[in-house]
Amino acid sequence: MADNENTSEPLIRIENLYKVFGSNPANAMKLVRAGKSKSEVLAECGHTVGLKDINLSINRGEIFVIMGLSGSGKSTMIRHFNRLIEPTEGRIFVEDVDVMQLDKAALQDFRRHKMSMVFQHFGLMPHRTVVDNVAYGLQIQGVDKSERQKKALEWLNTVGLEGYENQYPNQLSGGQQQRVGLARALCTDAEILLMDEAFSALDPLIRSGMQDQLIDLQQKLHKTIIFITHDLDEALRIGDRIAILRDGLLVQQGTPDEILLNPADDYVEDFVKDVNRARALTVETVMHPPACRITADTIEEALKQMRRSKEDYGYLIQDDQYQGVITQESLEEANRDDSVSELSEAVLDEADAPAIQTEALIEAVIPETLNSDIPLPVVDADGQLQGELSRENLAEVLAEHHAAGQKDDGEEPKPEPEEQPAKVS
Amino acid sequence: MSDKSWLTEIPQLDRSELRDIRKYLDGAYRDFSREYGDLIESFFDPLLSFLIWFEKLLLGTPWWLVIVVIAFLSYMAGRSWKLAAGVVVSFLLIGYFGMWDNTMRTLSIITVCTLLAIGIGIPIGIAMARSDRVQSIVTPTLDIMQTMPAFVYLIPVVMLLGIGKIPGVIAVIIYAIPPVIRLTNLGIRLVNKEVLEAATAYGASSSQRLFGVQLPLAMPTIMAGVNQTIMMALAMVVIASMIGVKGLGQPVLQSITNQYFTLGLLNGLAIVALAIIFDRVSQSYAKRTQAHLGGRDNG
Repeated sequence: MADNENTSEPLIRIENLYKVFGSNPANAMKLVRAGKSKSEVLAECGHTVGLKDINLSINRGEIFVIMGLSGSGKSTMIRHFNRLIEPTEGRIFVEDVDVMQLDKAALQDFRRHKMSMVFQHFGLMPHRTVVDNVAYGLQIQGVDKSERQKKALEWLNTVGLEGYENQYPNQLSGGQQQRVGLARALCTDAEILLMDEAFSALDPLIRSGMQDQLIDLQQKLHKTIIFITHDLDEALRIGDRIAILRDGLLVQQGTPDEILLNPADDYVEDFVKDVNRARALTVETVMHPPACRITADTIEEALKQMRRSKEDYGYLIQDDQYQGVITQESLEEANRDDSVSELSEAVLDEADAPAIQTEALIEAVIPETLNSDIPLPVVDADGQLQGELSRENLAEVLAEHHAAGQKDDGEEPKPEPEEQPAKVS
Repeated sequence: MSDKSWLTEIPQLDRSELRDIRKYLDGAYRDFSREYGDLIESFFDPLLSFLIWFEKLLLGTPWWLVIVVIAFLSYMAGRSWKLAAGVVVSFLLIGYFGMWDNTMRTLSIITVCTLLAIGIGIPIGIAMARSDRVQSIVTPTLDIMQTMPAFVYLIPVVMLLGIGKIPGVIAVIIYAIPPVIRLTNLGIRLVNKEVLEAATAYGASSSQRLFGVQLPLAMPTIMAGVNQTIMMALAMVVIASMIGVKGLGQPVLQSITNQYFTLGLLNGLAIVALAIIFDRVSQSYAKRTQAHLGGRDNG
């Protein structure tokens, strides 16, 4: 997951977007604005509300995941970015260009150079070879044959399909076909990548391989990716930020941790309760601030500082560097022993109180945390002390999840992560 | 009590009124054909001279050269020696039983009709696929063309253009064109939505979509339509012979009126042989060129 500090510049903005399907959307919009729900509008005038008052801003270089169940409007949503579907109302900006104002030729040009798209069922052309499929975007742009073939071959190598260039799509497996789809999208060098349930039609194992590949590629390419999925695990895994859609309404958007720890409503909570938190959360999001920092130079001074705090342990910091864990017991022992004069000798063995990384997943640190009597120190990549993680702490985070799961059972039907109905092929 | 109640007899026009309507319509059409018949006929002159030229070409070429050319074409289409050998044997038999000239005449008119039907039908099918309104107009028209007995639309054509090759071609095309139109429309409409969406998403213009995606993917269906069109054109040969189109149809017509069973059978078999040749050649061509759509790589 990329850090957000240097990627906070908004690239895409969506303002007050509405989509109503039916023969007379203007009429239905009156009802929508009057505050009627999706089912009420459907009952009153037979129009389906696809999207309702969507406001989003997507930053340059981030993976923005839009997630929801079938019928939540997520596939409709993604088709608005390149106007495969025209909104009933609302504005879409990409780098301050109002996409809604583009005429036919400008829109074609925008689609050729600004955005590319990966489809759930791949959308490959069965009558073209793999390399011709990858080069399709360039062909449409009018790039000459030798140049586009060369570039397509490079991208095929990048996604790991060298040697398949003269095959036809039907000769490849699903995962390979989607790699072709990905290479085709990357081949145009478009800045924005739209991925419509790109991995949903693949087997779980292949899917996670593709997710890894996407994360790897993103670290090199820094594209702005809009990713649609119905699978929260996938959203948490690859998303820098996640927006959750329900019945065409945006119910929550935020970072994966925000969604997991503070679900906005029952709907989101229903999703979240099935997630394995230990695998989804990092230490950073659940740690507490360190209870006691010892900044002394001598044993006596350290003991003094320790007595002032409520705890019988502390984290030794010298010269702004984290040194290790000391306990009251180890300090007193060192104090009694005349041969020991250096404070550093009171520091516990690394094996007894290992420092854990902020970035680590909770799952990875469960054994250490449980084996240690004292809360473990949490350090960041530079070795600075950031917080502490105790057994109780851990139990609380994992148990909260369990309790929430039991409490909600039977209250509301569990959202089933079902597949989008397959498009007619 | 009236002996004609609307309960027992369906209300109907007076005989005299009906006769007036008929007279009026017939008169109007006759006036129209007298007025514009020559003009319309001259419009078809280029086609007529092409038809005559093509027929003369086939009749004037030595028989062995015709067989060699046709065998070569069918080999190129299907890349199968068996098919080419079958074609050679059929034509030798046709010649042996004295039907060579009539077969050449039929072959020439069917070839021209088929090419015209494809040339007119595919664009109409494309227009139909692009617009629901065009589809809603063309579909009932095609229904009429396919169900109206051929003799009925032969009447105005003959009134307008007399008897001969051109009315024959028109009659054959009216009868044979619906399949290619319908299946072009169907084929394009059945193209995978996501593939088409992908083309749009990458900025393809509508002609890039049509020639790069829709037509290639619809090709198997369109070829099935072409095949049907050829078969139906051959089926019209006998009816066309009633309005003066020379060829295998005329001996058949002669056999019906004179009860010559063997003559009819032989000429009928020649028509069947032509049909099978056209069918096999066009189908094996389609199969060969679309092999990878089914997942095998022959190229």
